[in-house]
Amino acid sequence: MKLEMKDTPGQLVAALKPISDVGGNIIAVIHQRDEKTDGDVLAVQIVLDLQEQRLGELLALIKGQGVNVVRIGKERLLYKQTVIMIGHIMHTDLGDTVDRIDCTGYAEVTELTMVMPAINEPSSARLVIKAVNKEDMEQALGILRGVAKEKNLLIIEPLEEIG
Amino acid sequence: MKIAIIGMGSVGRGILEMIDGKDLGLSVTGLADSKSGLMDKDGIHIDEVLAAKRERGYCGDKSLSAIDIVEQADYDILVEVTPTDAKTGEPAMEFMKKAIGRGKNVVTSNKGPIALHYAKLQSLARKHQVGVRYEATVGGAIPVMHTLQHGLAGNRVLAVFGILNGTCNFILTRMAAEGLTYPQALLEAREMGYAEADPTYDVKGIDAAIKLVILSNTIWKRNVKLEDIEITGIDMLTTDALRLAEDQHCTIRLIAEAVPDRGILRVAPQILPKNHPLVVEGTLNALTIETDMAGEITLIGKGAGSKETASAVIGDILFIRDTHARGH
Repeated sequence: MKLEMKDTPGQLVAALKPISDVGGNIIAVIHQRDEKTDGDVLAVQIVLDLQEQRLGELLALIKGQGVNVVRIGKERLLYKQTVIMIGHIMHTDLGDTVDRIDCTGYAEVTELTMVMPAINEPSSARLVIKAVNKEDMEQALGILRGVAKEKNLLIIEPLEEIG
Repeated sequence: MKIAIIGMGSVGRGILEMIDGKDLGLSVTGLADSKSGLMDKDGIHIDEVLAAKRERGYCGDKSLSAIDIVEQADYDILVEVTPTDAKTGEPAMEFMKKAIGRGKNVVTSNKGPIALHYAKLQSLARKHQVGVRYEATVGGAIPVMHTLQHGLAGNRVLAVFGILNGTCNFILTRMAAEGLTYPQALLEAREMGYAEADPTYDVKGIDAAIKLVILSNTIWKRNVKLEDIEITGIDMLTTDALRLAEDQHCTIRLIAEAVPDRGILRVAPQILPKNHPLVVEGTLNALTIETDMAGEITLIGKGAGSKETASAVIGDILFIRDTHARGH
């Protein structure tokens, strides 16, 4: 979201504090002084992770601090994972393979790069999947593993670090 | 310290050459290959035996078999380095049981019996108060077992994952670096002597899975079997798949992975960033051990080779000499 606030000490902290109060997680704070604003008003962009139903509460709290919310952009699918798929991807109904992830509502295939060599030779594809969170991603990958088994495709997943 | 060596393939010969060339205080009093045996309680002349093996194809007396050496020779440690049989573990298992029964320590490079009969061998060894060590079975020259059992003693191991098959790693390295197809890279691996005539065990991930069984049973003592491991090999991989990974500054490696808390026991090709510590080149092996106190430890080294395997075997022999054996 993009905020406008007075360029006085303590204002940024006052604007950020409500975020943790409502259980939000600040991912980035972008503060560009050269951006054109009226006089002593400061523009700040904040990227944060928050449960959707608590957004109203947060906005009210921020407003209460005398900070003006200029714009809110929402990106639901924050968690991203790349997998590689090998096999007869096209002839085993690629549309259906992608649909099985997309129809979950919590995960989507957002990118697909495919290389098809000669006919009858296995194709290779790189899929970028986005999901709401880690648990949903694990669910989505579970579905993809099932589809791959059914269609005799090989799925190569990224090594997941334990720590 | 007296040792008897069973097996004179590249591993057995490597050990003999190193013992002959270094002053380690070891005396070889028994020796057998698949055709003959030899024993001398005052110590066998290694150079003469190696020359005999080279010239006529066997090392000693054809009326003596390997089991005769195991049962009759005068030794403190049996060094069992015969070819592995992953299905039965024989005849190595028989040799080891006989030696333990005689109250002798055992050092082996043989994956079959350790993967199949770990619990049995350990209980037998406890009963007879001898040591059974098998450093050379996993990760070649890398001291994986010593690190786990001694260096990391007292730690709780949360996970192990890494590259345990040099042949697969060589093939994947060549496919990524030169754009070779899988059959081309496999052919190259054969020409370099890195792959067997029948590469099934390596490329299907079975060899890595056997090593994962040995690691798991050493660490967690849960009696894991080969059938418990989910195995995917590298034989289906395409050059395109490696290129697709490369576009994202990643590559593909065959990773063996055990994470008991998450129920993971698998060998599968996985995507790793190219700057990841486990992305090693050629026939190298690499293993990350994740523990509660030490955090992450990654070991990298040569996973095979005559001299490299001899390093692991000799390390075990000297460890037994310095800790287990008394009165010699």
